[in-house]
Amino acid sequence: MSELNLTTAPAHVRHGSNIGQPLTRRDGVLKVKGQATYAADNHPSGMLFAVIAASSIARGRVTSLDVAAAKRHPGVVEVMTSSNKPPLAIDPEIKTNPFVFRMECLQNDEVRYANQPIAVVIAQSLEAATEGAALLAPRYETLPARVGLDAGEAYVPPVVGVGSPTVNEHGDVEAGLASASQQIDATYETPPQYHNAMEPHAIVVAWDGDRLSIDMPTQGLILSRARIAELFGLPHENIHIRSPFLGGGFGSKGLMGGPPVLGIMAAKLVGKPVKLVLRREQMYGPVGHRAPTRQRLRLGADGEGHLTAIDHHARTVSSSYDDFYEPAAGASHTLYASPAIRTTHDAVRVDTGTPLFMRAPGEATGSIALESAIDEMAFACGMDPLAFRLKNYAEVEPITGKPFSSKALRACYEQGAARFGWSKRKLAPRDMRDEAGLLVGWGVGTATFPAMMFQAEARAAIRSDGSGVMEIGAHDMGQGAWTAFAQIAADGLGLDVDRVEFRSGHSGLPDAGIAGGSAHTATAGAAIHNAGAAVIAKLADLATRDQRSPLFGAGNTGVVARDGKLFRRDDESRGESYADILARAGLAEVEARGMGTPNPTAQADYAMHAHGAVFAEVKVDPELGQVRVTRMVGAFAAGRIVNPHLVKSQLFGGMIWGASFALHEEAITDRRTGRIMNANLGEYHIPVNADVPSLDVLTVEEHDPHVNALGIKGVGEIGITGSAGAVANAVWHATGVRVRRFPIRIEELLMEL
Amino acid sequence: MKQFDYVRPATIAEAVAAAAQPGSAYLAAGTNLLDLMKGGISRPDRLVDVTRLPGLDRVEYPADGGVRIGALVRNADLAHDADFARAYPAVAEALLSGASAQLRNAATVGGNLLQRTRCAYFYDTASRCNKREAGSGCDARGGENRLHAVLGRSEGCIATHPSDFCVPLVALDAIVEIEGKGGRRELPLEELHRLPGDAPERDSALSPGDLIVALRLPAAARGFAAHARYLKVRERTSYAFAVVSAAAALRLENGKIAEARLALGGVAAKPWRVRAAEQVLTGAAPTAAGFLESAQLALSGAKPSGENAFKIELARRIVVRGLTSAAAGTPERIPALPASPFASVSGALHV
Repeated sequence: MSELNLTTAPAHVRHGSNIGQPLTRRDGVLKVKGQATYAADNHPSGMLFAVIAASSIARGRVTSLDVAAAKRHPGVVEVMTSSNKPPLAIDPEIKTNPFVFRMECLQNDEVRYANQPIAVVIAQSLEAATEGAALLAPRYETLPARVGLDAGEAYVPPVVGVGSPTVNEHGDVEAGLASASQQIDATYETPPQYHNAMEPHAIVVAWDGDRLSIDMPTQGLILSRARIAELFGLPHENIHIRSPFLGGGFGSKGLMGGPPVLGIMAAKLVGKPVKLVLRREQMYGPVGHRAPTRQRLRLGADGEGHLTAIDHHARTVSSSYDDFYEPAAGASHTLYASPAIRTTHDAVRVDTGTPLFMRAPGEATGSIALESAIDEMAFACGMDPLAFRLKNYAEVEPITGKPFSSKALRACYEQGAARFGWSKRKLAPRDMRDEAGLLVGWGVGTATFPAMMFQAEARAAIRSDGSGVMEIGAHDMGQGAWTAFAQIAADGLGLDVDRVEFRSGHSGLPDAGIAGGSAHTATAGAAIHNAGAAVIAKLADLATRDQRSPLFGAGNTGVVARDGKLFRRDDESRGESYADILARAGLAEVEARGMGTPNPTAQADYAMHAHGAVFAEVKVDPELGQVRVTRMVGAFAAGRIVNPHLVKSQLFGGMIWGASFALHEEAITDRRTGRIMNANLGEYHIPVNADVPSLDVLTVEEHDPHVNALGIKGVGEIGITGSAGAVANAVWHATGVRVRRFPIRIEELLMEL
Repeated sequence: MKQFDYVRPATIAEAVAAAAQPGSAYLAAGTNLLDLMKGGISRPDRLVDVTRLPGLDRVEYPADGGVRIGALVRNADLAHDADFARAYPAVAEALLSGASAQLRNAATVGGNLLQRTRCAYFYDTASRCNKREAGSGCDARGGENRLHAVLGRSEGCIATHPSDFCVPLVALDAIVEIEGKGGRRELPLEELHRLPGDAPERDSALSPGDLIVALRLPAAARGFAAHARYLKVRERTSYAFAVVSAAAALRLENGKIAEARLALGGVAAKPWRVRAAEQVLTGAAPTAAGFLESAQLALSGAKPSGENAFKIELARRIVVRGLTSAAAGTPERIPALPASPFASVSGALHV
């Protein structure tokens, strides 16, 4: 590695390709030893500390700031406010493309949500800057805050998620409901949630004339660079962003928010390198969140337990000044066969930072509601909830009628149920207890997430010593990109992984696309694969056209690349090493580029989704109402598995998040002020080790010839979906109490038990 | 952070003199104070670091049969002191149910007694809070208050005391030793914490400069060792404050309750002990009906202060469960999930 000294994996016995091997993460030792450099670990010489002063009101304007008091504080160098900020090249309110969100860069004195940046204090120490920010003692003109799902007049947004239609309809829902012998009409609520990555948003930035050197965690190096370029009027090549490691992103580090831009502005104002790191509570506002939802599901089923209609309406919120709509009802498009499906959305505007993508946007919120409603319907039909799901198994994508590119969900149900012991489940709720008298419940949920693909490019080279180089500006958010992409690169180059120098994590490399939508491995992986193939093709061309090579004349038969050599496809006794080919050609290296792009024909012809089945066991204290998940089994079919070790970790993480969604996570907003009252990890509850049960993940074999060249579907987000519903359904099965507000709280159970 | 003076006195007398000056605060492990300072809730001019004071880090067992715990003994060290845990198992269980392992390794006994409320409006400096700023008002009323007080509250304050440790201590008649300007004095722990009344800004009976130097449990508290439990309902299995908790301890003689002790946590601005709820059990057999009667008495006068009516019913049930578990006997070992309703679930590791 040129920039990172990654420890290679311990010796594994490998059979066949690198892809599919459970390599230990190559950056693991660096991380354990504290040597993996995260953005805020960088301290360029002369660096100053910038601290944001954040608004304590949710709506109104700042009428005064005591800048003089802040500047008098020892160590404070400068205070940046709306009146002395360096100008931006374009108005940050202008949406130059659909992936640009409006941000607060001190453009005026308006306050649009609590925790909005209203000034930046730059000082010689973090402590001085922090105290300087406190001394600003802002005064406000405050307007009433709009809070919650009923804050105002509801409207129908033009699109939800990323350009998805607000309304989808297939068949006649009202007729389907009218013909049903069983109907469920239930409303579920999910709370606002915040990404809470372990690593806060941070930037260390240094200007050198009109060049910018930046350390910043980002899930989208090139997208971030483009946004910075347009905001500061710089050529793209003048901006260098390093982001070798992220301490989690979950969607909140994908698109530029205001805080890193303020860091760049602050560095410009003081003419020195600046570090700006958000405090934990400042992450509850300017960097996105999962919007709350209220979802009404109306289901109909006939006498045999076949669904006759699914009507899924989702109410959500957006900010007062921008548009992002949690596409919750979309979860009903793909999972269950029904002759009639309708999904609709509406929204109200509230005084909050703009909601954003958060791990499994739409699917996570929609799934817990849909899976709960399906469970309610199964019980109404007198059926086992797994049997009901199998009865309504979708052989084609219900909303479009398209065939699936692959769908091994039936195997997920079967294998997951067998591992869990589902057949011993009692149909009636509140009918199972453990030896200590605790109520025991078992629930199931179906997991699904679309298999998406963006666009990426990679550069590959083979060097004179026969080793390989692969370059791509990919993003390791903790999911293991350094390892999985190196494995794909090794296969693409026909080399052992230890013979490939994998360069990644900065903006000077080819565009890897965004690490989001569970599509990074598929997208960047395809580019890596194709770059490898392209450089091997060049090498093959050199060899097969050279009379001195044992491969001469093999151009038509073709060659295979393996272990640093090319072999004749029809006669593997004839081969030549990469080093020999290059030496004879007198070349120091041969290089090529490759693209990863979606195949529009396949995308038009097939519905592409990963699937899974999650089984959960909870125990509930019958008098006190406290719930604990004790066991979860998830069986997932996600196409080709690049690294089973890393995939398991991703799915574990998702399943834990699902349990968190059902039982723990919730931002509490003061209904009068719009301020979040639990913006800290002590009181915004995410699961701790004692909440994480025995987890078991199975990956079900799935070969997908259509989804992309490598057959990869992505596993970053699917683990949440299904899991949250499985836990919620298990709570119902344990208690007989159906709680439709998440997270499930003690009081909702207590009064019914 | 606001700039402050930092002094490290060599003796208790020096510490008291330094801390008696206005604007001073004692610093022990700082597990609560530093958070308060970072958030601007507490803005002392001077920190008096007591962590190097000699002689305050010992657990002693005097001849009278009680225990004397130095104020600087770490929570984890006390909970894992085998003699202590055997004699006062509910206290050890409460300690291990609080915070996280990292915090318990740092936090001190004296500091824990003076832990401030977790009321979000106390922490949010943009909110009105009579405890943070006398006379400013209380935004917890009418706000997000499902976890607030149902007992002993006032018009001016509905905050609760968050400690687990203090709940069994109050039940077992713990005494604090205080060094102050006037010398050393003793105070029952039950009188250390104040109900808000019309002065919610005063958490405790301490005066400026007062330093808690030790905590004592009387010999009589050992009499409950065979039947003592702490039970804590919370919103995640570890690293969460109690929604409601209870310490229950019984002295059984010939199948009858010779003496009962009971205190509730998370319901008021101080650990809540109701003697009538203890006395009703005296001389009775340990029965469900008796425990229920005790629970009713313990919660008499409880009223919701907002969206927290459920806490009253939950507290009653915790009392019944706590007494039932105590009657069943102290477990051989502190459970892997201390004080949890899931303490019986096998396979869990200590948290």
